Amino acid sequence: MSANTAVAEKYRNNFLKEIEEQVEMGDWVKMCMQCGVCSGSCPTNFQSAWEHPPQELFMMIRAGKREEVLSSSSMWNCTSCYNCIVRCPRKLPITHIMHGIAEYAHRLGMAPKMQPTRFFSGLFWKNATHTGRVNELKLSMGLYFKDGFVQGVKNGMAMQSVALGLVKAKRLNVMELFGGHKCKDQKGIHAMLKKAYEIERSRKTAKMAG
Amino acid sequence: MAKHEYAFYPGCSSQKGASASNYLASVESMCKTLDVKLTEIPDWNCCGASIGYAEAGELPRHVLNARNFALSEQHLPGQEIVATCAACWLGARETRERLTHSDTLMSDTREALKEAGLTINEMPNIRHMVEVLIEDLGFEEMAKHVVRPLEGVKIAGYVGCQTNRPFGVAGESFENPVYLDKMVEMVGAESIPEYEQKVTCCGGALAFSEPEKAQAQIKDIVESAYDHGAEMIVTPCPLCQANVEIYQGQINKRYGTKFDIPVMYYSQLMVVAYGGSAKDAALNGQVIKARRLEEIAAKQVKR
Repeated sequence: MSANTAVAEKYRNNFLKEIEEQVEMGDWVKMCMQCGVCSGSCPTNFQSAWEHPPQELFMMIRAGKREEVLSSSSMWNCTSCYNCIVRCPRKLPITHIMHGIAEYAHRLGMAPKMQPTRFFSGLFWKNATHTGRVNELKLSMGLYFKDGFVQGVKNGMAMQSVALGLVKAKRLNVMELFGGHKCKDQKGIHAMLKKAYEIERSRKTAKMAG
Repeated sequence: MAKHEYAFYPGCSSQKGASASNYLASVESMCKTLDVKLTEIPDWNCCGASIGYAEAGELPRHVLNARNFALSEQHLPGQEIVATCAACWLGARETRERLTHSDTLMSDTREALKEAGLTINEMPNIRHMVEVLIEDLGFEEMAKHVVRPLEGVKIAGYVGCQTNRPFGVAGESFENPVYLDKMVEMVGAESIPEYEQKVTCCGGALAFSEPEKAQAQIKDIVESAYDHGAEMIVTPCPLCQANVEIYQGQINKRYGTKFDIPVMYYSQLMVVAYGGSAKDAALNGQVIKARRLEEIAAKQVKR
């Protein structure tokens, strides 16, 4: 049984409870009073990027629309501007809930595979935790080559003038490709993160069982 | 001994050859003038930034920030942590807040930190450099060192998101913060308090992953600065700076605009106003050259 089938089985007909127990800050969802200030404050929602803006997602969670919520590309349009958080009259940490739902969907393998920000988010975290510090050159290259080599070269060419400007200003170092900045105690960082994932996983599993 | 001492968390983008290396260079010059001593936290690591959320989860993200707290406590006991980057500051402050409010998260964090041979006993204060300037030094002290006022230069103060929300600088409003305008006035330049895009999001990480969405926002930010007669834009955030500066060429292609406006850090303005050279202010780090500032920086200072 896949991880997704297991949780779906356990929380049958109670998607709100699933979100409350499995998603960071998920227990806030029930506090939403559907005023829509979050949706009206979201910069990418103005570009109609959100299939379902935050307050709609909150209602869909309560209505048990599990499949639609978790496979939606909506949450991945969050730019982390925190406008929704500071404006929400009920003080819901909306930005964190959006990140939380996105992370949960990603964890279950239900997030849209080719969604570019989902891809970049994973790439960023791996890049940063690999050596303890971000390697900006490898991060950009990783993104350009997301859809294969040919598209990668095209993407790179399209970004050529931007990259050249940065290289000239000494704000992009091509040598980063062969090493670059890093932490000394990478072993410690990896061990500590491994432990953190273990603890987090066991806490979520315990909630599901309890 | 310096007047003010802090544990310094420069962050990934500030490193040599990275996208905000000019920010760090100008901050170093600025701090020299202001007698502020920043001691880098040894072996600090990335904060995870907001965009790491797909893989980061809750605990790993906080553990990552907590490692910096632990290193700071071990090597620089009693000192507050100062970050120059908005994302580093936000990430670290959020971790501080969450760990302070949850005993479970705190004990889980301690358990994970043990794997790296570290521990936390006290929660450090996390400050942004602009907080240090405004709250610990104050505008009067900052203004004292101005020997070369940036007279007649009109500058749009672009605060952006993460230095402003969800925490922000104490006493400032989320919708219309005024500290950056006051800093512009402090260096003798002309501020634009009615600049209505001052807290618009630059698109953040979407500038990489979905450029068309971010660039639509950047266009509004730059266009409004022009509409208000600004010669340059100033910001306290490394990602705002990069996003608003380096994509102007692509925006011009996309929208048929003719944007070519320099985007500076507050620290660069201060260094020039404090009598520093173009090199001290790291003006060579601009992709869109700030000619007007270069001219001012070349002038003799009357002391």
